[in-house]
Amino acid sequence: LPYPKYLQEEGWPPLMYLKESKRAVNSIRSLVEEEDEEDDVEKVSWSGEPVGIYLLDCRWSVHDDVILLWQDYVSDWTPEETVKRMQQGKVYSLEKFRSLQDKLLLLDEAVNAHDGNVITAVLIYLKKSLSKEILFRELITREIALRHYIHYLKEIGEQKLLLMQYRDHLNVRDENKRRDFLKNCLSFPFSPDDATHVQDHYTLLERQIIIEANDKQVESSGQADIFKKYPRKASILNMPIITTLYYSCFYHYGESDGTFSSPANIRKTFRISDKQFLLTCLGARAKLKAWFDVDALFTTKNWLGYTKKRSPIGFHRIVDILQKNNAPVQVLQDYVNLVEDVEQKISLAQKYKCHDVIINTYRDLKDRQQLIVYRGKVEKGSSEYRKIEEILSNSVRRSFP
Amino acid sequence: MSAHLSNGRVNLNILREAARKELREFLDKCAGSKAIVWDEYLTGPFGLIAQYSLLKEHEVEKMFTLKGGRLPAADVKNIIFFVRPRLELMDIIAENISEKNGRPPQMHSPRDFHILFVPRRSMLCEQRLKEQGVLGSFINIDEYILDLIPYDGDLLSMESEGAFRECYLESDQTSLYHTAKGLMTLQALYGTIPQIFGKGECARHVANMMLRMKREFAGSQTQILPVFDSLLLLDRNIDLLTPLATQLTYEGLIDEVYGITNGYAKLPPEKFAAQKKQGEVGKDLPTEPKKMQLNSAEELYAEIRDKNFNAIGAALSKKAKIISAAFEERHNAKTVGEIKQFVSQLPHMQAARSSLANHTSIAELIKDITTSEAFFDNLTVEQEFMTGVDTDKVNTYIEDSIAQKDPLIKILRLVCMQSVCNNGLKQKILDYYKREILQTYGYEHMLTLNNLEKTGLLKPQTSTRNNYPTIRKTLKLWMEDANEQNPNDISYVYSGYAPLSIRLTQVLARPGWRSIEEVLKMLPGPHFEERQQLPAGLHKKRQQGENRTTLVFFLGGVTYAEVAALRFLSQMEDGGTEYIIATTKLINGTSWIKSLMDRPEAP
Repeated sequence: LPYPKYLQEEGWPPLMYLKESKRAVNSIRSLVEEEDEEDDVEKVSWSGEPVGIYLLDCRWSVHDDVILLWQDYVSDWTPEETVKRMQQGKVYSLEKFRSLQDKLLLLDEAVNAHDGNVITAVLIYLKKSLSKEILFRELITREIALRHYIHYLKEIGEQKLLLMQYRDHLNVRDENKRRDFLKNCLSFPFSPDDATHVQDHYTLLERQIIIEANDKQVESSGQADIFKKYPRKASILNMPIITTLYYSCFYHYGESDGTFSSPANIRKTFRISDKQFLLTCLGARAKLKAWFDVDALFTTKNWLGYTKKRSPIGFHRIVDILQKNNAPVQVLQDYVNLVEDVEQKISLAQKYKCHDVIINTYRDLKDRQQLIVYRGKVEKGSSEYRKIEEILSNSVRRSFP
Repeated sequence: MSAHLSNGRVNLNILREAARKELREFLDKCAGSKAIVWDEYLTGPFGLIAQYSLLKEHEVEKMFTLKGGRLPAADVKNIIFFVRPRLELMDIIAENISEKNGRPPQMHSPRDFHILFVPRRSMLCEQRLKEQGVLGSFINIDEYILDLIPYDGDLLSMESEGAFRECYLESDQTSLYHTAKGLMTLQALYGTIPQIFGKGECARHVANMMLRMKREFAGSQTQILPVFDSLLLLDRNIDLLTPLATQLTYEGLIDEVYGITNGYAKLPPEKFAAQKKQGEVGKDLPTEPKKMQLNSAEELYAEIRDKNFNAIGAALSKKAKIISAAFEERHNAKTVGEIKQFVSQLPHMQAARSSLANHTSIAELIKDITTSEAFFDNLTVEQEFMTGVDTDKVNTYIEDSIAQKDPLIKILRLVCMQSVCNNGLKQKILDYYKREILQTYGYEHMLTLNNLEKTGLLKPQTSTRNNYPTIRKTLKLWMEDANEQNPNDISYVYSGYAPLSIRLTQVLARPGWRSIEEVLKMLPGPHFEERQQLPAGLHKKRQQGENRTTLVFFLGGVTYAEVAALRFLSQMEDGGTEYIIATTKLINGTSWIKSLMDRPEAP
């Protein structure tokens, strides 16, 4: 930078090429303009090239300000002072803040000052001088700064960066940090569908944290029987929603929908389909051998007050699930009976040895032949055997005029 | 070890030898005793080029795996790092070396450090080493260009896992650049390929790069008589359906169930326990999976690998009879000469018998799976989709599988198949599947679903027009009553479904793509033909009845079933063309979908 000799000779300190000096030039210009129209200061425009600020004559006031500008620039301002200066439109330099710790202090100060422009200016510097992984890692715990950062990225069209960061940070270990991170992600530019999923993800994790804390405490205090009988094998944190529902149906069945842990609340909040809800409840209650609860799942009262069993999925599926949970034959039988397709009903009944169902079905079909065949399969002298005998002899009687 | 590479029409041993020569030259550059520190990922591919014996010949005394902390003790003059150009590996290397610098004086004299980047050097990595302050410690830094690795006499792979994802999801064409480079290497060894055909955006890019690279090296024309008559470049995304379907060839099923990596499969050891190696004293049942090498060097494997699995039983029986008969020959050997001859055959016969035992065991393992209800139900749904049945409704088998929390990848393969066969799913149905999946497997899989949409595998219907039935009909993709025992058409590899990619290849050879212009337009990307000038006098004069040799390059991955289908075409009488197959990666539906998953590591 060619420093005018006459200035040097007169002892003016050399003016460095200031990175932030566009503002400095403009500041000087505005100071000069305030004086009066007759400028002898050559106005130079700033293109970023090292350009000297030449004083064509000695304007003491301008000179003083230039000296001050320079001092300001090279001085070591604290983060707090820097932020104040930024707010006041004074010269500042962020490059001073080299270490990560200093940068974060600066950011936190900016946030404390609640000045959006200042926060954004600091963020721009951090984006330039920090790797995006580190920056993002620090931002996910600083909600306000993150919000500004998101806005800034959207402004400059770099939304993709956000989605990348979402992906990279989903595996934050600490569940509370992850929950907070998800909350902040809610303002990311997701598609409406995805936004719903992220919302659900956040809500789910938030509730899991609460349920986990509560249940852990209850379990260790030995207050609830269910935990004593079936100690929890794993934490509920980070489990998918259906798994969470299963857990809820297992340990919190029957709770009112006012609590986060109740199946009813989960069903409503996460808009779980009837099918999914039914299957999950069934699995949990069957595991606990709570056959009355299972019954209640399917029983509906019609307008006459009669109860009837209904299911959004085929009863053969129900039978399979019950059987897998070692339901006793008496329970299985009831459900096999409800299978609509006759062939399927018979096949299931045979598979699970529901004698009554088979016998009744063949009786209703008036299939003597099959009854005789089946009689050969059951134990002689058993109640099933006697039942078949009775039916066979009855029908013989009736066929005679 | 590499005899099988010269089995085919094109002697791929030449490629392998060229690669070995380069390796030797680098090792000799680092004169004296050496130890190699391996990036684990590279040991597999390198194993296909050189064995330890070659390294030993060049004074490699020790080998270690690259990991953090201090280097293990080794009294050698040189330490060579064989690594991929990845930043995190540079940090580990720095750790290995810096530790050394800080240590007190050692017992052995100071060592020379070298790095061999595979397949290419990287400015970014060298910059990282500089930042870590260790760049100056290295004497030789070189690159070892290992693009196309010969897997068998007719099969080459770049083993680039991320190629499909990079090209079709991230719009990153680096792997295409490497592909073009690999093809230039191939042409340097086997002659300029006079005709280039292609279908797809990536194919177009690769062809353009090849032509440009050829121009740049205009001065150095190879004087080799061209081995290949033509090159066919195919984008994976012109046929998204095939990799999703369960492969039904013997080799395809081994890959689906156990996974084949670098020509090896890891199998459950229990079935092979009886075969103890010599020297193993009274060991219990082995717990280590049995590692089996699978290539055409094994005679029996070469015969059965590409058969439909339902034909394996008969093939193994037949072989058993032949081997038994051969052993019975000992009764017929009367003269000394005859006995001598029989004895000389023994090793070969014993190898054949051991091979038969191994494959019988493997076939039994696979049969347990293919005869299971789950396998059958899954296959039924696949075939329903492929024939266009009910692709526009929510499929109950998929629903039930989700409810039972079957493995997620199984679910993804099926829903993607439905989407591909329906040219996208109705919004309502797509939303339903997505919700069920996210609720059952976790919201974090949202990213994977997005990726699948972006690559066209699982997307909403944009227009009501579904071209798939037309394509299926015109190209005869579904062949009812495919003959699995004695196939007469490529559809045997999926028991009825002819892979679209292979059908296109078949039609190109005969009668040519002009006959299917309309169908080609329905598939994504341009199709094209380019000719490359051959130096005068090098035009191939083909004999009467001699087959053409075509190199088919799959950009984004190829399945073993497709490889089998191409081999079938090669050996067809009056087929006219023999095929050499190359790809960025050998894939199956599971590994393919996995490469598109954005899954946070399990906590």
